[in-house]
Amino acid sequence: MTQSTQNRESSSSGVATYPPTEQMLEEKIDKRTQEKTADRLRKAWETPKGWRYWSAVNNSEVGVWYSLTAFFFMMCAGVLALLMRVQLAVPENDFLSADTFNQFFTMHGSAMMFLFAVPMFEAISILVLPALLGARDMPFPRLSAYGYWCFLIGGIFVMGSILFGVAPNSGWFMYPPLATKAEGVGSDIWLLGLSFIEVASIAAAVELIVGVLKCRPPGMRINLMPLYGWYVLVVGGMILFAFPPLIAGDFLFELERSFDWPFFDPERGGDPMLWQHLFWIFGHPEVYIVFLPSIAIAAMVVPTVAQRPIVGYSWIVLSAVGTGFLSFGLWVHHMFTTGLPSISLGFFTAASEAVVIPTGIQLFAFVATLMVGRVKLNLPMLYIAGALAIFTAGGLTGVMLALAPFDWQVHDTYFVVAHLHYTLFGGMVFPLIAGIYYFYPFFTKKQMSVRLGKIAFWLLFTGFHIAFLPMHLTGLMGMPRRVYTYPSTLGWDWLNMISTVGAFIVAVGFLVFTYDLLRPKGKQPYTPRNPYNAGTLEWSHNIPDEAWGSRSIPYITSRYPLWDQEKIVERMDAGRYYLADAPEGKRETLITTVLDAKPIQVMRVTGPAWITICAAIFTGGAFIFPTFHWYPPAIVSGILAIACVLYWLWTSTAPIPEQKTKDAGLGLNLPIYASGPASAGWWGVWITMLGDSTAFASLIFGFFFYWTAKENFVPSGSDFVLASYLVLGVLSFAVTWATLVGARALNRRGSTKTARNLLLVSALFTIAGTALFCLSVVNSGLEPTSHVYPAIIWAIMVWTVVHTAVGLIMLGYCIAGATFGKLTPEHDADLCNVTLYWHFIIITVVVASLVIGLLPRLL
Amino acid sequence: MKNVALISLSCLLLSSCSGVQSVLDTAGKDASVLAHLFWVLLVGAIVLWLLMNGLFFYVTRIEPRELSRRAAEALVIGGGIVFPFILLAGLIAYALSIMPDQRAAGDGVVVRVTGEQWWWRVEYDLGDGSAPIVSANEIRLPVDHRTEIKLGANKVIHSFWVPALAGKMDMFPGRETRMAVEPEKTGIFRGQCAEFCGESHALMAFQTVVLEQDEFEQWLERERQDAVQPTEAVPRQGEQLFVSEGCGACHTIRGTEAQGNLGPDLTHVGSRKSLGAGILPPTAEAFSNWTRHTGAIKPGVKMPSFAHLSDRQIEALGQYLEALK
Repeated sequence: MTQSTQNRESSSSGVATYPPTEQMLEEKIDKRTQEKTADRLRKAWETPKGWRYWSAVNNSEVGVWYSLTAFFFMMCAGVLALLMRVQLAVPENDFLSADTFNQFFTMHGSAMMFLFAVPMFEAISILVLPALLGARDMPFPRLSAYGYWCFLIGGIFVMGSILFGVAPNSGWFMYPPLATKAEGVGSDIWLLGLSFIEVASIAAAVELIVGVLKCRPPGMRINLMPLYGWYVLVVGGMILFAFPPLIAGDFLFELERSFDWPFFDPERGGDPMLWQHLFWIFGHPEVYIVFLPSIAIAAMVVPTVAQRPIVGYSWIVLSAVGTGFLSFGLWVHHMFTTGLPSISLGFFTAASEAVVIPTGIQLFAFVATLMVGRVKLNLPMLYIAGALAIFTAGGLTGVMLALAPFDWQVHDTYFVVAHLHYTLFGGMVFPLIAGIYYFYPFFTKKQMSVRLGKIAFWLLFTGFHIAFLPMHLTGLMGMPRRVYTYPSTLGWDWLNMISTVGAFIVAVGFLVFTYDLLRPKGKQPYTPRNPYNAGTLEWSHNIPDEAWGSRSIPYITSRYPLWDQEKIVERMDAGRYYLADAPEGKRETLITTVLDAKPIQVMRVTGPAWITICAAIFTGGAFIFPTFHWYPPAIVSGILAIACVLYWLWTSTAPIPEQKTKDAGLGLNLPIYASGPASAGWWGVWITMLGDSTAFASLIFGFFFYWTAKENFVPSGSDFVLASYLVLGVLSFAVTWATLVGARALNRRGSTKTARNLLLVSALFTIAGTALFCLSVVNSGLEPTSHVYPAIIWAIMVWTVVHTAVGLIMLGYCIAGATFGKLTPEHDADLCNVTLYWHFIIITVVVASLVIGLLPRLL
Repeated sequence: MKNVALISLSCLLLSSCSGVQSVLDTAGKDASVLAHLFWVLLVGAIVLWLLMNGLFFYVTRIEPRELSRRAAEALVIGGGIVFPFILLAGLIAYALSIMPDQRAAGDGVVVRVTGEQWWWRVEYDLGDGSAPIVSANEIRLPVDHRTEIKLGANKVIHSFWVPALAGKMDMFPGRETRMAVEPEKTGIFRGQCAEFCGESHALMAFQTVVLEQDEFEQWLERERQDAVQPTEAVPRQGEQLFVSEGCGACHTIRGTEAQGNLGPDLTHVGSRKSLGAGILPPTAEAFSNWTRHTGAIKPGVKMPSFAHLSDRQIEALGQYLEALK
């Protein structure tokens, strides 16, 4: 029997029992069964004790580490800001040297963006999302843990460089040629260290997207999902499409720095503008990646404060999605002063202004919700109100800046510094603090102090305006950004002094907040279970906390189940709903369909492990050693990282269960194993490859950019890629792909032997194809250091063969699986996922060979 | 400690040599159009901010009365879509209508400015086939004329900005950008590099001197001439030092054997309103100070410090340069 028919059968057997009727839910469960199942569940989800604690992978542990680490990096970057404010307090100050100041502002921006804003969103989402969805955990807990350890290692590496005075000093935007030509390892630390963290960010984004799509509770159709889930989906998608262009840019940039391939060197046909495009195609969506999660927090706080469902749910969802799309069409407003044609400026001015509309809809929806409801003001709401006051001011200066002619004056001045801090403080920091106050009873079952919270608020709020309001004027009076000193005659002195005073008031506000956050609250009694009488599922968690998250996974019929579904908490506690028991002692969560959230699988999720930490350490080595041009240890680290990941996958991913199906509760029998689109892993691969393809598309964009922007992109008399090798290479990969697809089909039909042989053929042709692809470029006489034309061809070739090499490892994994009984006709998730990977790779191969082989001959 | 004292000294001197550098205190047509745009935007922004936050305050504090769901949805659509759409359409039309004039070409002399780390190479192209007149770190313009400015850079990206005259334009290596300015007042207006360009980005400024048309032409004629030979003994000694210390490897002083092209042209450096790319006054003392403490005054600069020269030698050199009117 094949997997698909098995699926169909189990779901057809589920028809009778799903959705559960009121009668089924009314049925009582006796106390002893309740206690027995609770004990087993508790045991399965037990957090490791003692030093083993650090092997935990559960979202409630990883999320806490993640958010505290991100908060720590925020404080570090804040200290840098204070030191810079001291330097700028008076004109012609010599508190910091020029180079130190330049390192500080580079690290302040880089750390706030890459080590605080994005990781903080992911951290909070990892903490909150499973609870919002009544899920037990994220779909890939070890991936969360791996992402966290990567973030910690990379963050310490990048942030630590400041202590040795070797931090990057070319600005967080790293414009070449300044950054490509910068001496020392600073630029490499930025490129490699942050690429490492970006990879971790993408991993977390993939996991969050899969979590939202596949781990919702039964019945929670996509239009019943809490708004926070929608924002996670939108922001995750934005990370997926915004970070890859930057990674592609980093790839080219590091090739230029390490091997002198002249992508951004105008003397050899390169163009620094390509970096600006790639950077801002990332950089502008990044602004909304930072901003939307905070709107998401507001979207959770506002209905609770109003004690009414949100007004205009569909409008908000549409606006969030719309903002996500629009944000990719605005990047040029960071480049208004680069001399682009007026028609582009006009277009990007209009597109940038258009973002006001979805943002306005979201803000007005919150106001309308408050008007509909009976407002019960609380501390989180105070911060939301503060956020609104700050953010609207930042938004309005944004409307000014988006007008190209006005931007010509204030671009790269303190006016922009003021604007961006208004949007980020109002659109990120204040809502985040609101979120921490709001969710604190959920995280710890204790309360933070209202009195300290109000003191912190007024310090932060007034300090912020004292620091940043005068900067608008400083900028209009002509002070550029990123200057380590200034003369005393231009009228900037008193403005800067005021800003410095304000910055220190903000710092005191943060100290008060941090004290309140971290002070021990051991003696404080637990909070009530749902202290704000909120309507969403996270407030159903037990007090004191249990590592299992939801005692049982409920059936959902409303956007605000705790308001609308009577007895839901009581029934969850009684274990009346799904997965109330763990008879096999395994960690399990429910997988449902993407749109309607029909339950389709009981997924076994992974438990505590050290291998994720090992994998992160070696991945770190592979990124960090090349910074110092220590290539042999880098290669060894890379190999060990791959080995760790393979071990981790082999031992714990999609294991063959001891039984085909199991009783998920309420009479629902669900398969434990799933492959293909029914499984979470397949979605993970699919989403990851979308991001990967975006990076590849960015490289191809680079090729077309040079073609259109540079005369003589292909210098006359240049060599071409060897057509014969290239054609044979493409044909080899075609065989790889065809045999792989064949192998999957045959394996399903039970011809496992033939399938394995086909996989072997597939692997051999991959080796041949990879070799031919390399040779077509290596033997062509194209010298990558000589000009940008051979360099971009080499870059596309390297990108492609790295991917086919990874594909080869995957094929080897499947062959091993077929040999050792891990891959069987019913259990073919690995093969399905590898086939999916190769669908993407065959497209990559074809596009790459057309671009490097055919196009230059046509030019 | 000594360095610190000297830097403070040079900074004191620095304060005496600045013109206006404000977006709001304009002296050029393009800048005054943009300043007007700013005042319109500012008033609009304040009104909108008060409306939005006033509404929020009203809703949460003053009158928390319940509203019907339909009225609430009307608020979302009216406030979130209709109102901003109308407002933005008008705003975009207004702002974009400014652009063609802002980007209009100049006539007459073309000024070619190249960004260097961290100074400005300036050439005046008269358009009559004669060789361009080379200068540095200062730009002179005729009043009431639209002058075309062509921009480039040598190694890294810079940005050319004189706030009192017009908006800024970036300067790229390997790519020419352009703008034009139309001063309406004579006077001295300060400009500064606005794109981060390395260690001493903060110290890359210049003065723009706007002259009456005839004065401008006379000045151009003087600027075209070779350097004046010093007549007094001390400056003459300075001239010899300039040669013997090898300054000519990087600097040009037309009419002498100094023909270097790496640093600023010094043919008429004594006649400029500032020294060191807008950071020091054009006095003999400042010249001496700069020559001796180059790297301390401008960190990362390529010019070496001539600290080994005696006080008298440094003074002579300073007097020579200051006399290059």
